[in-house]
Amino acid sequence: MATQPIDQFSKRLRPDTKASVYDGSKKGHEKRTQVLFDRFPDANRLREIAGEIKQHVVENLDTYLPQVEAKLQANGVKVHWAATAAAANEIVLAIMRARGATKMVKSKTMVSEETELGPFLEKNGVECVETDLGEFIVQIDHDHPSHLVKPIIHKNRRDIATSFEKHGLGAYNDDPEVITRRARAHLRAKYLTADVGLTGANFISAESGRLVLVTNEGNSRFCLAATQCHIAMVGIEKILPRDHDLGLFLNLLARSATGQSLTVYTEFISGPKAPTQPDGPEEMHVILVDNGRTDVLASECRDILRCIRCGACLNVCPVYRQASGHAYRSVYPGPVGAVLSPLLAGEKFPAMADLPKASSLCGACHEVCPVNIPIPDLLLRLRDKAKQEHVPSPGTPPMGMWSLLASQPAAWKTALLAGKLLDYLPTSLVPVPALRAWEGSRSLPAWRGGKFRRWMQQRTPGPHPKTP
Amino acid sequence: MTDRETILSRVRGALAPLKPRAALPEWDHELASLRRDLSGQDLMAVFAERLRLVNGLALTDLAALAAYLRENKCLHGYCDPDLLAECSPALGSDFTVETTFDRSRVDDYQFGITRATGGIAESGTLIFKDHIRSPRLAALAPWVHIAVIRKSEIFTDIPQAIAALGQDPNIIWVTGPSKTADVEGILIEGVHGPGVQIALVLP
Ligand code: SF4
Repeated sequence: MATQPIDQFSKRLRPDTKASVYDGSKKGHEKRTQVLFDRFPDANRLREIAGEIKQHVVENLDTYLPQVEAKLQANGVKVHWAATAAAANEIVLAIMRARGATKMVKSKTMVSEETELGPFLEKNGVECVETDLGEFIVQIDHDHPSHLVKPIIHKNRRDIATSFEKHGLGAYNDDPEVITRRARAHLRAKYLTADVGLTGANFISAESGRLVLVTNEGNSRFCLAATQCHIAMVGIEKILPRDHDLGLFLNLLARSATGQSLTVYTEFISGPKAPTQPDGPEEMHVILVDNGRTDVLASECRDILRCIRCGACLNVCPVYRQASGHAYRSVYPGPVGAVLSPLLAGEKFPAMADLPKASSLCGACHEVCPVNIPIPDLLLRLRDKAKQEHVPSPGTPPMGMWSLLASQPAAWKTALLAGKLLDYLPTSLVPVPALRAWEGSRSLPAWRGGKFRRWMQQRTPGPHPKTP
Repeated sequence: MTDRETILSRVRGALAPLKPRAALPEWDHELASLRRDLSGQDLMAVFAERLRLVNGLALTDLAALAAYLRENKCLHGYCDPDLLAECSPALGSDFTVETTFDRSRVDDYQFGITRATGGIAESGTLIFKDHIRSPRLAALAPWVHIAVIRKSEIFTDIPQAIAALGQDPNIIWVTGPSKTADVEGILIEGVHGPGVQIALVLP
């Protein structure tokens, strides 16, 4: 019998990749805790309120979406709607063609990963350059990001130096400083010759139509300083009701994502550049993308639409730390991905239905989530959905035998006796493949079955403990 | 049906069974601010300290700026024409300063002096608005960026600065030099933007 898909991925990881992912995610988590809980008297209250605000938005998207559209239009922004990934890509291409543009620089956006915009544009003769250092490396490697905010958490400096050399960015040198300088020089030329800059948005305020974008590298700012046209691709759930809510969310986002009090560059963009400003886009487009989000909205798991993509749940997740991002086979890895990816998959849900099962439901993700998403609950709902839809689950030990034993006392007692045998028998001889697989990376404690029942029978009831 | 109608009708359909819907909570600004932390402190001192924590540098006079630039052999750069009269006497004749930023040779400028519209003490952040004519590129492309603000323009914290966003179509907050930790989590500054971020706080 095969193990679960996520275990298979984890097993194939190189030991140094495993170490990179483990260290990187752990470090992220420790910093977050410090910076969030040292500074605010009641950090958990912040998370709860932020969660309530986003839940309100999600449940009132029918009002907020037209409101955002009107605000953007009043600010001089052209608004587009894309029901599917393909529609979103076509809109981008049409804007490029209308301008006669062939070069685009883009800053990191998860929606464009969903729509696979880069490869689509390249196929259509448009150069599309990722400018976030990590995403740039992912692009030249024809790889996929493995973390929401640290896309190359699975690569070390030697991997990167090798890719740079292969890509004509200088002789092999694995000094991170040299790598960064080379990227700086290479990408600078790209910004200055591109016609269009594409970004996502972390938030849009319904009150003012302001898009808020955060980066540390300054790549999105460079895109918006050097090009003439700005396209923002935004998921329909990115809305915040009021400008002042930004104060709350900005405080939470950087702290949860990277343990900074604020990212280096925080941009508030409500339209094309001011007339007196020499640099920047004169034309601005916002594409509101659905691509499966309305299905999520219609499901019992709509709470996941609160997500602000901070990556904190990845950093803290024991499964993610072992398996890395690619094991989730989708744009969104980790706990958030285990909920979101099967839902966004639409008809391909069965192919992703194993993800919600790859969790011990330890609850750490819920605890760190800046918008307080009850991820373990949502995972359970998805497990149930898979069951209702009779999705087979390869690699998961069947529970039929267990329920037979548990419902027949005589069989149970026999099984307990048999369990003792495990202490003497090498597990390789045990005829349960799931157990053998499990033992591949762990060792079984000595069998202690049956003691509880004996204790229960012999115990003399004492006085009831007082309830406080 | 257009995509707009498709999306909106799906949204309405998905939300129809939801009654009642989650209400919008009010929240107290005190919750998200560290103001109490900072009350009674000199905002300029807090700003300078917080900027230092993110590897930026706050200077309070032009002579100190000129000394810093000389020491680092940055003698050629850009200066916003509106600031030139104030800056050039201190910079002296060993500097060559241009007042237009030529995008065809962005790497020629060792420094850029531009006008910022304010700061945030809590985070050591500089605020730039588009209506100030300083070119976006001049604040981004040179290795050393000097942002000039007035002492009276420093806000206490993020919620206060959000309340003062105003109408400008493009506002950017800059908190320290451009940086990345993408390669093995190692901090490297000056990725795309400045490697050195200076705030020149004038009276
Ligand atoms: S689910 Fe929560 S913790 Fe995870 S990425 Fe989204 S906002 Fe962050």
